[in-house]
Amino acid sequence: MTGLGDAELLAGLPVTDEPALARLHARLVGAAQAEGLLDVAYRTIDSPVGSLLLAATEQGLVRVAFAREDHDQVLGRLAERISPRVLHAPARLDAVAREIDEYFDHRRDLFDLPLDFRLATGFRREVLAHLPEIGYGHTASYAVVAAAAGSPKAVRAVGTACATNPLPIVVPCHRVVRSDGGIGQYLGGVDAKRALLTLEAR
Amino acid sequence: MAEHGAVVLRVCRAVLGPADADDAWSETFLAALRAYPELPEGANVEAWLVTIAHRKAIDEVRATRRRPTPTEELPEQPTEPAAPDAELWAALAALPTVQRQAVAYHYLAGLPYAQVAGIVGNNETAARRAAADGMKKLRTVYGKEADQ
Repeated sequence: MTGLGDAELLAGLPVTDEPALARLHARLVGAAQAEGLLDVAYRTIDSPVGSLLLAATEQGLVRVAFAREDHDQVLGRLAERISPRVLHAPARLDAVAREIDEYFDHRRDLFDLPLDFRLATGFRREVLAHLPEIGYGHTASYAVVAAAAGSPKAVRAVGTACATNPLPIVVPCHRVVRSDGGIGQYLGGVDAKRALLTLEAR
Repeated sequence: MAEHGAVVLRVCRAVLGPADADDAWSETFLAALRAYPELPEGANVEAWLVTIAHRKAIDEVRATRRRPTPTEELPEQPTEPAAPDAELWAALAALPTVQRQAVAYHYLAGLPYAQVAGIVGNNETAARRAAADGMKKLRTVYGKEADQ
């Protein structure tokens, strides 16, 4: 008998083989896409406000998530709410990544990406639809946005709509601030909101 | 899904060998993507993937058998240094199929013997014995070399 344990005995089969898995994964994405089996494609990008998760359906960009939202959890919820066919497929998000890069590089003040608003419903969706009316470098109060969305009294609901915006940065909820001049809350954190407003002010 | 990729690849390699494992892995995950919406909530995804991989491995073996076997040696290729798992694979390949499967599903995928039995189509006692016999043989054939 030798002193080799079960795990050691099988150690000759590496537990992970990253290059092989990367190659196989790329092949799977191609095959899945050809068969229409890729419902949610995602990738992450680095940005001045931290790592961003980008996810898209066939219809368009469906989710932008900050690191503090926990990307794994976000992906889990996408699998529950949209489809479990979620794959890391960076190429499907090249256009999104490029536009966001340009935005942070002061080379873009308007996103023209196909968007999928399915994660926002009802009044929240209504609010999000009005947010792009607040131009780059400008801000509007929660009250003004509520009025624009047709419900002047729904100030708190506007706050909720912004706090649950599935497409932050691209749908500019960071431009919604408090009437008293306070910066207000942000799902990416107040620092991220300030960073975005500062970026746009320059 | 991604979190299971490594385990399934290891299982495919153990059952089929490194050369055919890639195709079985790809077929497994494509089939899983097709069937995913029907997977009952709360199901053990890894066990489910290993079950699919088991069937795909059987398909792969059948397909390999159907392919004409080259009778003449290929011109000598500059040989790469043997993969670190080449000897282990040789030892695994020498095992009876059911032992190799039981070792892979229990020791690599971590499935309990009852589930291993469900996949390979025997009972828990037989699955346990197959895995134990397989490990014993691996230990005598491969373990000694590895331990030197």
